[in-house]
Amino acid sequence: MTKMSIAEALRAAIRSEMRRDARVVCLGEDIGIPGGFGGAFTVTLGLSDEFGHERILDTPISEAAIAGMAIGAAACGLRPIADVQYGDFLFNMMDQLANQAAKLRYMSGGTLSVPMVMRAPIGATGRGSQHAQSLEAFFTHVPGLKVVAPSTAYDAKGLLTAAIRDDNPVLVFEHKLLYGSKGARTEKGALSPVGEVPEEDYIVPIGQGIVRRAGKDLTIVANLLMVYRALAAADKLAEQGIEAEVIDPRTLVPLDKALILESVRKTGRLLIVEEDNLTNGWGAEIAALMADEAFAWLDAPIKRLAAPDVPPPFAPVLEQNYVPSEAKIIATALAMC
Amino acid sequence: MAEMTLPAGTVPPAPSPMLTPPAGPLPERDGLLRLYREMLLIRQFEEIVNELYLQGKIPSTLHLYIGQEAVAAGVCGALQPADWVLSTHRPHGHALAKGVSPGGIMAELFGKATGTCKAKGGSMHVGDFTLGMFPAIAIVGGNLPLAAGAGYASKILKDGKVTAVFFGEGAVNEGAWHEGVNACAIWDLPVVLVCENNLYAASTPVSQAIKTATVAERAHGYGIPGLTIDGNDVLAVYQATREAAERARRGAGPTLIECLTYRQCGHSRSDPRTYRAKEEEAAWKLRDPIDTYGAWLRQTQPGAEAALAAIQTEVTATIQAAIEFAETSPLPDPASIYEDVFKE
Repeated sequence: MTKMSIAEALRAAIRSEMRRDARVVCLGEDIGIPGGFGGAFTVTLGLSDEFGHERILDTPISEAAIAGMAIGAAACGLRPIADVQYGDFLFNMMDQLANQAAKLRYMSGGTLSVPMVMRAPIGATGRGSQHAQSLEAFFTHVPGLKVVAPSTAYDAKGLLTAAIRDDNPVLVFEHKLLYGSKGARTEKGALSPVGEVPEEDYIVPIGQGIVRRAGKDLTIVANLLMVYRALAAADKLAEQGIEAEVIDPRTLVPLDKALILESVRKTGRLLIVEEDNLTNGWGAEIAALMADEAFAWLDAPIKRLAAPDVPPPFAPVLEQNYVPSEAKIIATALAMC
Repeated sequence: MAEMTLPAGTVPPAPSPMLTPPAGPLPERDGLLRLYREMLLIRQFEEIVNELYLQGKIPSTLHLYIGQEAVAAGVCGALQPADWVLSTHRPHGHALAKGVSPGGIMAELFGKATGTCKAKGGSMHVGDFTLGMFPAIAIVGGNLPLAAGAGYASKILKDGKVTAVFFGEGAVNEGAWHEGVNACAIWDLPVVLVCENNLYAASTPVSQAIKTATVAERAHGYGIPGLTIDGNDVLAVYQATREAAERARRGAGPTLIECLTYRQCGHSRSDPRTYRAKEEEAAWKLRDPIDTYGAWLRQTQPGAEAALAAIQTEVTATIQAAIEFAETSPLPDPASIYEDVFKE
């Protein structure tokens, strides 16, 4: 066991898979330039020293080419890990992801597969509207794509390893405030979810959520940064006699519906917390599923906490009012119980 | 190399019913006949597909390849069987030239379970990945980044394959096209970029869409060779592709080949072609790639007449067998919509 940040755990997963399988390659902007950054958030730092500049491919600023090359290369025998500097730039590659990656297998009648990984940092971090969005929900709406979002170092290595080995396109959403609080390109206000990470090979299976905190009075489903806010809120709620169960779905497609269903049937109350905008977020889908399948067990209306339906603002005081806070989680939970 | 320049969107110069063979090496006699056979198969396959569509046997719409056969036949004829091909929304000709089963394509167009894509692709996504042809990409210009990826894979895997990517002149103003071509260029990827300049993107003349006189000169902006050739001359296409593929295979990078050609039918089934002059269509009909090549074969190859007749017989039988296969194949199980989304 070694203590690692999420950035280090992701790097460990990539290094280990590249050693294990010569078909694994990385491509993206600024990922392997000598003297450079190792990607926008240091995840690929040092990897080009070991694997060279063909397998760690520094691309021009060409997001459609990055995604499209990953897809084409995946179909033709590689297992590429593509890197986008900010999740917001996924919109530059939307055709490639939604029309090509997601559909090639289907429209080929199952004769090809696209074993690629698309890594994307998300979350509001003081950069204004175009470097801040949480975009998981967009991609949960495209059949043919898998969507994962690791919130701990252990899950980061295990889920990324699983994604690399998966024979399908997997989007890995990483939160900028969770990469780690130390190092060259640390974000202001970053958490430090340093955790024990086994040095040996392991995977966290895609499609399995996890109970981060057990409780009987209320289920809170949250991902990425919101997991930590939900856990902090749960501690405060416990002081008031409310035991919240916190579930981190870890994977949004395919969703571990059974885990959430089991929890809601136990607690009778469901609060979903996400950093994405409220309308038609992945939280809305979980709310609909639970209204459909757990209606008889519900003791209160299902509630969602999310960013309001406005673009991410810049000023810290505005941004703090945009991203769901611990205080809002507590207030919402108290009103439900 | 038979080169030509042609002001985009105008009536071509004096028709040349007789081809001037390019200076470089030509295929052996069997290869020459094979090029004719591929073109004839594509032409007659498309003509029958059109009839079957009008009879209501083929659903949806069609983008027919009639008039452009020399490009598909010349390019695919110059590739190795294992090379990759990426196509467009007008893919039937590319698929036939790549060696995809005519019956499988026909069944796909009919929406039958035995289609090359199990009837999930249809006319615009015809392909057979097991034979090296991606399901055709019907997002204009969207196949360029994929081609760069296929080329990158060949470079890493050192598998010696070349990727040929077809696109129309309408694709060259897409951002993805630019990103894909630049990627092929900067890493010297083994890709042959085949522009089928048929002078119209749906109804829009190329002269309204690009400022340069040719598409090929764009190549210089990427630091790669580009050439404009007579895309109705199958030997010119064959030879240009052969050189480009050889160059790509030895690691020297991509070549942009602009093939000047003309689609003799509408953009799709719903296109009455009212934006084109009848005189222009007639002039191009005189440059028909199959007629001109057939005349050249008859004049230069002893015994060609009998060989071409035998090809006609075989092509007719092949197409009839394809229709019979499609007509007698079962419809897909409605429940199969859930299959092939993910690989388990």
